[in-house]
Amino acid sequence: MVPLFYYLILSGILFACGVLGFLIKRNIITIFMSIELMLNGVNLSFVAFAAHWHALSGQVFVFFVMVVAAAEAAVGLAIIIAVYRTRETLNVDQVNLLKL
Amino acid sequence: MAGAVNLLVQSHPINSALSLIVVMGALAAEYLLLGAEFVAAVQVIVYAGAIMVLFLITIMLLNAGKEEHTKSSRIATLLGVPGVIIGAVLVAWTLLNRSNMQAGVPIGALKGDPQDIARLLFHDFLLPFEVTSVLILIAIMGAVVLASRPEAVARGPRKDG
Repeated sequence: MVPLFYYLILSGILFACGVLGFLIKRNIITIFMSIELMLNGVNLSFVAFAAHWHALSGQVFVFFVMVVAAAEAAVGLAIIIAVYRTRETLNVDQVNLLKL
Repeated sequence: MAGAVNLLVQSHPINSALSLIVVMGALAAEYLLLGAEFVAAVQVIVYAGAIMVLFLITIMLLNAGKEEHTKSSRIATLLGVPGVIIGAVLVAWTLLNRSNMQAGVPIGALKGDPQDIARLLFHDFLLPFEVTSVLILIAIMGAVVLASRPEAVARGPRKDG
């Protein structure tokens, strides 16, 4: 028996790490990875609650979150490549104009 | 969790990506402990496989180097770190007070058979499932359009066959 509380704390720690990375990091790829970390933290709490309430629909929701994360990763990395083509930089502080 | 902290500490994006793979693998093991075999398999295939390969290819393609900090990023760090810590402490405090500590999840509690999940996915959640397929299609098209060179998009389909 592992208390549900532990899973929620771990998920919260993962989410907080994601938020911290989002704020601290200046590299656009690392910021993107922090977003993935946040999604994973939420997924963990979904699965923990699904196991706690004996409801399989929680796992289906995790599946949907993963699908959305995959789509988001594809589009986001394409945007990063497009930004790098025009700016020649990956630092978000130097990307402050929508139009060159 | 050590992998997650490592992701923050490392300054080179390649190291961050590799530590993120460690986090994904640990989470897959966690899902197996919770009895969600299907989710664990999908986690390894989709996250540790597909998404992280995308990340690594992008990092190598763009030749990302060490990041440098500027003045405004220090401001973000100064304001953000205490804010996040305060938020995390608030959430932990609420959890401590509101949840009964004895509510345990037995290891391998839920039978997460792919059979049962498929029944749920294709009967109860059929409409969301189809909508996500459309979403994936749109995402693929958007990624191709965004990542292709601008002149290739402007020129349109090639005439010479």
